[in-house]
Amino acid sequence: MEKLLIGSSSPHLRSNETIQSIMLDVLIALLPATIAGVYFFRFNAVKLIVLAIASAVATEYIIQKLTKKPVTIRDLSAVVTGLLLAFNIPASAPWWIPVIGSAFAIAIVKQAFGGLGHNFMNPALGARAMLLASWPVIMTNWVTPGPDAVSTATPLAIMKGAEATNEALPSLTNMFIGNIGGCIGETSAALLILGGLYLLYKKVINWRIPVVYIGTVAVLTFILDGGFTGMSYHLFAGGLMIGAFYMATDYASSPVTPKGQLIFAFGCGLLTSIIRLYGGYPEGVSYSILLMNVATPIIDKFTSPKVFGEVKRNG
Amino acid sequence: MSQKSVTFKGGIHPPHFKKMTENVPIERAEEPSLVIIPMQQHIGAPCEPIVKPGDKVKVGQKIGEAKAFVSAPIHSSIAGTVKKVAESNTPTGKAVCVFIESDGTNEVCESVQPKGDLENISKEEIISIIKEAGITGMGGAGFPTHVKLSPPPDKTIDYVVLNGAECEPYLTADHRLMLEHPEKVVFGLKVLMKAVGVTKGFIGIENNKPDAIETMNKAVSSESNIEVVVLQTKYPQGDEKRLINAATGRKVPNGGLPMDVGVVVNNVGTAAAICDVFKTGMPLIERIATITGSAIAKPRNLIIKVGTPFKDIINQCGGYKEEVGKIIMGGPMMGLAQFTDEIPTIKGTSGILVLDKEDATLPEPQACIRCGKCVNICPVNLQPLIISKLSLKGMYDEAEKFNATSCIECGSCSYICPSKRPLLQAIRVAKKEIIAKRRARG
Ligand code: SF4
Ligand code: SF4
Repeated sequence: MEKLLIGSSSPHLRSNETIQSIMLDVLIALLPATIAGVYFFRFNAVKLIVLAIASAVATEYIIQKLTKKPVTIRDLSAVVTGLLLAFNIPASAPWWIPVIGSAFAIAIVKQAFGGLGHNFMNPALGARAMLLASWPVIMTNWVTPGPDAVSTATPLAIMKGAEATNEALPSLTNMFIGNIGGCIGETSAALLILGGLYLLYKKVINWRIPVVYIGTVAVLTFILDGGFTGMSYHLFAGGLMIGAFYMATDYASSPVTPKGQLIFAFGCGLLTSIIRLYGGYPEGVSYSILLMNVATPIIDKFTSPKVFGEVKRNG
Repeated sequence: MSQKSVTFKGGIHPPHFKKMTENVPIERAEEPSLVIIPMQQHIGAPCEPIVKPGDKVKVGQKIGEAKAFVSAPIHSSIAGTVKKVAESNTPTGKAVCVFIESDGTNEVCESVQPKGDLENISKEEIISIIKEAGITGMGGAGFPTHVKLSPPPDKTIDYVVLNGAECEPYLTADHRLMLEHPEKVVFGLKVLMKAVGVTKGFIGIENNKPDAIETMNKAVSSESNIEVVVLQTKYPQGDEKRLINAATGRKVPNGGLPMDVGVVVNNVGTAAAICDVFKTGMPLIERIATITGSAIAKPRNLIIKVGTPFKDIINQCGGYKEEVGKIIMGGPMMGLAQFTDEIPTIKGTSGILVLDKEDATLPEPQACIRCGKCVNICPVNLQPLIISKLSLKGMYDEAEKFNATSCIECGSCSYICPSKRPLLQAIRVAKKEIIAKRRARG
């Protein structure tokens, strides 16, 4: 050989999975629920979803250009953040809500901390919390599905009696398929679970966080809030499915250790149940996940896995 | 016979790439006209050459003397004349090599004599025969076999486990060996069992080789104390400690050796080489290797004499069909990338893998997204993302606290990482620094 070859370090083989392929899988998983959101909430949903995604991608592009960092919008992570944020706002929200929300999610929660992988909380959830604190009325103005879009309360609010309402609880079936009041993407439990199963199948996420999170809420609400029926409402209403499958599993803001993921998920479930049952607020998913996001570095620190064949820790 | 597949925790499922050669019978490579035999082919002390230019040598004649315990002698693979003794490139770096030009006679050295009935040979004799025959691990690492067979007196050995997992993608040499010469593997295992005085032997084979499992099952059907263990196909199933865990349920302590849990592990190829030594007396002078990859015109499984240049072997496989991107000795997960094809085959050459430009090009690393996949699959339960980060920052003491030195360098973490981070590369640096520091501390 005349020319010397390059002698790189092993392994010489890489999997086909990339950040982009992972994010694409998340988008595929969210597609059925997106279509359902559009079906239930019509043009409003389309408008808000498009604006949220466009704002997220544009914000990422502008910030990376300004800070002279490589532009990474092609990895699709901003698209995922935008879509998840849109899922978390009511269909009646004005156009500027998703624009401000996505810009905040990307600029403050994600990029200010160093970009993908460094955000200590889920960008979409961080933005939702900000929107809720700043515009509480807009962010809780739920409308019924369908063309009329009259104001309604969410099933959890009805259960809680938090709002002066004499509406009846929707049937469990309606709730399961998503024909209820709520945010654009959080209403159809069935489709969210379907997408979640896809993510599990593609190994984008592992079972620990969704199963333990949902399981904890199931057990606690079964015991503390009306047995089987109460539990079903807690599982399929509100943001539990979207939170457990798509938000709590956010890589950067959840633990990387297997044991840490179990603790994290249990914490999310516990907090969600406590907030819903005893707090002053019918929803609990967002704040629970955000609180556990903050605890993630500590959880990771104390759950280093035991090395294969390790006899005594640090012995 | 239905057998349950056993395995370990963690691991990855890379594509097999074995189709190209798994059905190609083993053939003998052409006789080399020149061999370049390195005096260091194993882990441990190099050998001292005991021939000089002009000397006539015969097949199987000792040409390199092992002076240390952790070392194994080296023999000539052809008959001919020593041309020179000089430093040259080898697959594992530069080393003193003996260059021998063939006289075409293939005359066998007088010292090569069958060892007779295994019944009449003592443990001690077996170990010394194995040592004198220059047997080293043929799975890749190349550890002298007699050392493994000489545990300190306070350790009792219960099992010999033969490694037929061949979990590296592309390689099929062990697979073909088990199919074509199962009797050699079984006889070698019996020798090994006698050498360490145990009554139970296992042969571990991954379940992607059902034909090999069937053949080996047949071969051991009359041996009541040898069992074929079916392993799940998963990388790195063939790693010693993972294999022991799967086959026997025992866990080698972190930082310990297989003998600490009463097990000795050898490769199936090593067992077959031991069989040859006892049956014919021929020391380890040749081996089976898989020559394959996207840039090889005609992938094959060949018996290659030690010292044959890669280039000659590749020519016998139809040469390069594409521009060469990378030449690797061994498999794609743990193999060593080579700078040139002008290097000799050694005892540990389980494969010659030649990748084209496209296969050889690794994707650009991105920032870690903390997906946790590397933690999830590390067979040793390490946290590669943390150790590699600490290593890149030069924080080796911190890396040591995260057990960097327990890494078995299987490469699973680098393989799985969606951000394509060269995790193992960084962990290796940390390991080196930590070990160097430990040495300095004494
Ligand atoms: S850290 Fe070491 S042992 Fe763990 S997966 Fe990476 S290379 Fe293998
Ligand atoms: S696999 Fe790669 S991206 Fe994922 S946590 Fe490990 S280093 Fe980070």
